[in-house]
Amino acid sequence: MAEYLILINEDESSYATASPDVLQQVMEAHNRFAKQVEETGGSVVSGRALQPTSTATSIRDDVVTDGPFAETKEALGGFYLVEARDLDHALEIGKLCPARFGGVEVRPIMVFDGM
Amino acid sequence: MTGSTAGSLPADSGSSTGSGAGKDRPTAADAVADAHRREWAFVLAATARVAGDLDLAEECVQDAYVAALQAWSQQGVPRNPGAWLTTTARRRAIDLLRRDTTLRRKLPLLVEPGPPDDRAGADGPAWADGPAGAEEGSGVIPDDRLRLIFTCCHPALAREAQVALTLRLVCGLSTAEIAQAFLVSEPTMAARVTRAKKKISGARIAYRVPEAAQLPDRLDAVLTVVHLLYTTGHTAPDGGRLVRDDLVDRALGLARMLLLLMPDEPEVRGLLALLLLTDARRATRCAPDGRLLLLEDQDRAQWDRPAIDEGTALVRDALRSGRPGRFALQAAIAALHAQAPTYRDTDWRQILGLYDLLGRTWTSPVVALNRAVALAMADGPEAGLAAIGDLERDGRLTGYRYLPAAKADLLRRLGRAQEAAQAYRCALELTANQPERDFLTRRLAETESGR
Repeated sequence: MAEYLILINEDESSYATASPDVLQQVMEAHNRFAKQVEETGGSVVSGRALQPTSTATSIRDDVVTDGPFAETKEALGGFYLVEARDLDHALEIGKLCPARFGGVEVRPIMVFDGM
Repeated sequence: MTGSTAGSLPADSGSSTGSGAGKDRPTAADAVADAHRREWAFVLAATARVAGDLDLAEECVQDAYVAALQAWSQQGVPRNPGAWLTTTARRRAIDLLRRDTTLRRKLPLLVEPGPPDDRAGADGPAWADGPAGAEEGSGVIPDDRLRLIFTCCHPALAREAQVALTLRLVCGLSTAEIAQAFLVSEPTMAARVTRAKKKISGARIAYRVPEAAQLPDRLDAVLTVVHLLYTTGHTAPDGGRLVRDDLVDRALGLARMLLLLMPDEPEVRGLLALLLLTDARRATRCAPDGRLLLLEDQDRAQWDRPAIDEGTALVRDALRSGRPGRFALQAAIAALHAQAPTYRDTDWRQILGLYDLLGRTWTSPVVALNRAVALAMADGPEAGLAAIGDLERDGRLTGYRYLPAAKADLLRRLGRAQEAAQAYRCALELTANQPERDFLTRRLAETESGR
């Protein structure tokens, strides 16, 4: 098994204007996700949702600035660290991951071997 | 594979006599060159399985070909050169992996999970349970070429990387040759290949044939790559020649290989049929002086009849399977063209019907453009022109040279010379292939002089 990070990139404004019903559906989808992953033979190692980019602070060369590095329509809003057999399996998991206002990016975790 | 080049003749006779003592015995160099052309994919695919890494496998296969040159000139050409090369390359890989434990640990893995009952420790890479290839000694080397081609055409790789990897790993072309075929610099192509290989190992793209549920989509990607190779060769994107025979022959060879390995897939049949039926016209697409000849001006007596017969038989089989796919439908259209006595006496009505079917399975604006041309032949230029107008408004074909070219032709037929000339100029701006440019320039001149 190998580890992959599933980065959830979504449109923040859609969340800001979503109805309580929709937000409830999103929560339920995320609650189901771990079980669905297990049904494929993989597992969720961990996962977190992030506060919106309006709360981000960037630091570069010790200079602290308000806001994220780049203002984009879709921003990183959360992630899951999952275990999968190979990329096909990780993509299968990625397709299960809720991201109704955007999409997900699947990245393999770098393994430093004996270093 | 197709024996379509004269150069393969001595090697052909060689492979059948093998160790025979005939007067025309091939030299070891001929036999190695022939084995490179015929067996490369087989040898590399089987070696990759034990090497666990594409780079290592490639290196070992190269070494095996070098070793063959010496061994075969001393001991004669073995009866089965592919098996000889595979055994040699696999031994080398196993040897390197055993000897160099650091290499083994550091190696990026080529993941081969296999079905659960395939082997113990199904989750591990191929060599996790000992690198001594399981088939060693059994005498039978499994044909892993499908694994190799599906890995090269994995959807997680960009299309251009899929094409480059297929040429490099399945066809055994050098980076320089691939760079030349696609008119990019060698360092650019080398970087593209390296990046794709790194993604295969880094992201753990599995070395396997997809499961049944994913097969249709994944197979379509493979067929698209082969078709793209063909079309790139069919009308070279740039330069003085209309056709690049090397690419066309590679694509035909790949399509034949796929049909051999997947004899029950109608779309594989459809693709090979399409390539054969299109390629049957290769020799007639240019006049002796190099001028481009359109379908309606080609000498139909010179079309390659055996290729047409083979392609037509394949289309029939492919269509019989029920719901035909996009390659089978395109092949059926090509078959109707191939059977028609003249351009005018082509069954345009049936071609139009096939384009309608095709448009339903494959919503491509290029299909819609071809349909517009068929519509113009069936119902007159005005009808075709109206359909092209819709496509212009649609916008997806902006920059596609065949749209203004087709429009210009219909306007010319309607005697609307000024508009036709404008469309020809527009097409010329988008065309880099010299024979095509010459054709458009001629047509433009004729239109402007009112002929």
